Amino acid sequence: MTESGSPVVSMDAITKTFPGVKALDQVRLDLYPGQVTALVGENGAGKSTTVKILTGIYRPDGGTIRIDGNPVDLTTPNDAAASGITAIHQETVLFDELSVAENVFIGHAPRTRLGLIDRAEMHRAAARLLDEIGAPFGTHTPLRELGIANKHLVAIARALSVDARVVIMDEPTAALSHKEIEELYELVETLKAQGKAILFISHKFDEIFRIADRYTVFRDGAFVADGEIADIDENALVKMMVGRAVDHIFPARRPTVAEEVLQVVGYDHPTEFADIGFRLHRGEILGFYGLVGAGRSEFMQSLFGITRPSKGVCKMNGKIRVIRSPADAVANGIVYVPEDRGKQGAIIGLPIFQNITLPSLGRTSRNGFLQLAEEFKLAREYSERLDLRAASLDQDVGNLSGGNQQKVVIAKWLATQPQVIILDEPTKGIDIGSKAAVHEFMAELAAQGLSVIMVSSEIPEVIGMSDRVIVMRDGRIAAELSGDDLRPETLVRHAAGISTPAPQEA
Amino acid sequence: MSDSTLQARPETRHVPDRLNSRAFRTLRSWESLLLAVAIAIFIVNSFASPYFLNVWNLSDATFNFTEKAMIAFAMALLIISGEIDLSVASIIALASTAMGLAVQYGAGTPELVVIGLAVGLLCGAFNAVFVTIMGLPSIVVTIGTMSLFRGISYIILGDDAFRGYPASFAWFGQGYIYWVFTVEMLFFVIIALAFGVLLHKTNFGRAVYAIGNNPTGAMFSGIRVQKVKFILFLLTGLMSGAAAVFLTSRLGSTRPSIATGMELEVVTMVVLGGVNILGGSGSIPGVVIAAFVMGLVTFGLGLLNVPGIVMSIFIGLLLIGVIALPRLWTMAANRRRG
Repeated sequence: MTESGSPVVSMDAITKTFPGVKALDQVRLDLYPGQVTALVGENGAGKSTTVKILTGIYRPDGGTIRIDGNPVDLTTPNDAAASGITAIHQETVLFDELSVAENVFIGHAPRTRLGLIDRAEMHRAAARLLDEIGAPFGTHTPLRELGIANKHLVAIARALSVDARVVIMDEPTAALSHKEIEELYELVETLKAQGKAILFISHKFDEIFRIADRYTVFRDGAFVADGEIADIDENALVKMMVGRAVDHIFPARRPTVAEEVLQVVGYDHPTEFADIGFRLHRGEILGFYGLVGAGRSEFMQSLFGITRPSKGVCKMNGKIRVIRSPADAVANGIVYVPEDRGKQGAIIGLPIFQNITLPSLGRTSRNGFLQLAEEFKLAREYSERLDLRAASLDQDVGNLSGGNQQKVVIAKWLATQPQVIILDEPTKGIDIGSKAAVHEFMAELAAQGLSVIMVSSEIPEVIGMSDRVIVMRDGRIAAELSGDDLRPETLVRHAAGISTPAPQEA
Repeated sequence: MSDSTLQARPETRHVPDRLNSRAFRTLRSWESLLLAVAIAIFIVNSFASPYFLNVWNLSDATFNFTEKAMIAFAMALLIISGEIDLSVASIIALASTAMGLAVQYGAGTPELVVIGLAVGLLCGAFNAVFVTIMGLPSIVVTIGTMSLFRGISYIILGDDAFRGYPASFAWFGQGYIYWVFTVEMLFFVIIALAFGVLLHKTNFGRAVYAIGNNPTGAMFSGIRVQKVKFILFLLTGLMSGAAAVFLTSRLGSTRPSIATGMELEVVTMVVLGGVNILGGSGSIPGVVIAAFVMGLVTFGLGLLNVPGIVMSIFIGLLLIGVIALPRLWTMAANRRRG
């Protein structure tokens, strides 16, 4: 570990208030040259707000930001860029129809004397940057031809193109494969060696302990602690983050054999999946495991009536049901919590209570006329059950953190009193504390007789929560596992299509 | 780290229903600002012209907005849902032509009203099929039908005009209910109340807001998005048909150029009323006040003998001014704080 020296960027007593919510309360954060600082906190701790303040998107209500000890005013994203602060966001905005070089230099392309874009210089500079980060594609390649991982490299090149001294990485590994993550780590080492200060935001603890030099912990918008990673262990960090100890043990469950609720026979789709059939019982948690692209979400969406299967029968409680739209699915007691909660889950712009009651309006209203008192009653009941953190129920759901938005989506569906709830990657991108809460809640729901289908790519979660697991591969069911067969290696073997068991390691 | 930071969270967290009181929310709303503008215009007008404060003149002034407002209420719902219908003025032309044609075959007042409304409904359905079933963008579809519907009127009428409407038909556009209160005013109030209740007090209205804010999310929440939009196009067509009845009755004749350019005045009224042109927010009370603002401005300027083209410049400035005001306000507030 290198000597700390003095910080490049230092945030002191920063406060930011949104209508009804104090997002940040007197927090501080120091970033040192040549070091990776991990910003750790649960959803809603204020990490994203901090990033937005550092990049000039939000203005703080109070406090000072110092660069090299001099107070600065980061009023616009351009101010931040001029100060050498650059961010690689969770979902970086890139332009599919432009070339790689144009994407890298959009907004600050090198100019000729006539003020036109100097294309030759732009491509030379872009090639240098791509070379630096080891990108395996040319500067003339149209962006739309690149995969997610390579697009990510373009985003990184773009961040570095502004002569950055501070690089912010907001969950950079969320969409990457194992190999790509390793390459990212190497890149981080390169940036460190160049003396750049890196702010690293991640929910994955193995990552933090692998590459961070320092940590800063926020909780509920307040500063908790900071220090060197070498001086702390995982448990202590988790404790600071959630304010209590979290056991990683999954809730104990006692599944009982109960009657069948849902039966799916021979679901086919022209391109996405074929011959999907299974049974689901009352109070059961059925896991769906598979690699990305195995057709799990596509099948779930057709079961929920969003896409139409070309063939197949769905029976609820022994009776055949035709589900042509989500409205049909909800009416038959099947609900779906999507993976993409920003677009498909929460309705941003509507208040929390209206989000929760939207599919239940038939019950809270009288003859089609709204009854606000009934709506608030229902919304309060379910938001309290899910421990929702919000200033008020008439607050825009868009002002909530990701984890709390997910709670609103789940509350919305539970309020319809469904028989089958499909959870698509329910804990993706949420922190350990919220994860444990979601797991506990799932177990509780199953115990109350709700049947749960859980699509998950996290093996510990699949094994820890499911009574039975269906493994999908290339749109088909590869295996159905339960009891002692539920082991990580069997799941991976079936998902990847390795037919013979791998030899046991000594 | 102190001990207090390690304390467990309380078991249930109480979240209040609302933070601000109803009075506070009303005071800060767009509608209040607009009402202030309306009152200011009223006061300025009453000083500017000695004829302004005459009840009969004021009664006449309401014709400036009653027909447009009927369409604007339906259009408000359509725009909140994220769609738009630019063919409304052409629907008026086609509906009015159909009524004029029916007169030639001896239709009476009840038949004329049914024909006017039915043509409006059919035109709305025509738009709806292209937008909701075929999934085409409504702005393109209705620019197309804007030419199509009026074009049919021109083919039928050429340079001619239909006249000879039955005497009893004049009741809609020229009749009075009591003293200075016109039949159109009565229908304006009834339709405003109906759309206000539909948007603000029913499940349907809630679905309209949900769709406008996030159509995918609304669909994933079990709302039949296309069905709701289909109904909104039908309602807009129906109200255009109703406006055709009132306008034709008031003018007593039909020319194919009837109501030319009215679609933009209707959209102006809706946007001035605080409806987000991108969908998702807005209210019927806002559109009601906007109708009065536009009516008062046109009437006041008319009394001062201001030519029509200057009036439209004024309406344009008013629209931009009222929309820019809250933004300027926040910018000024930020500057003071920053």
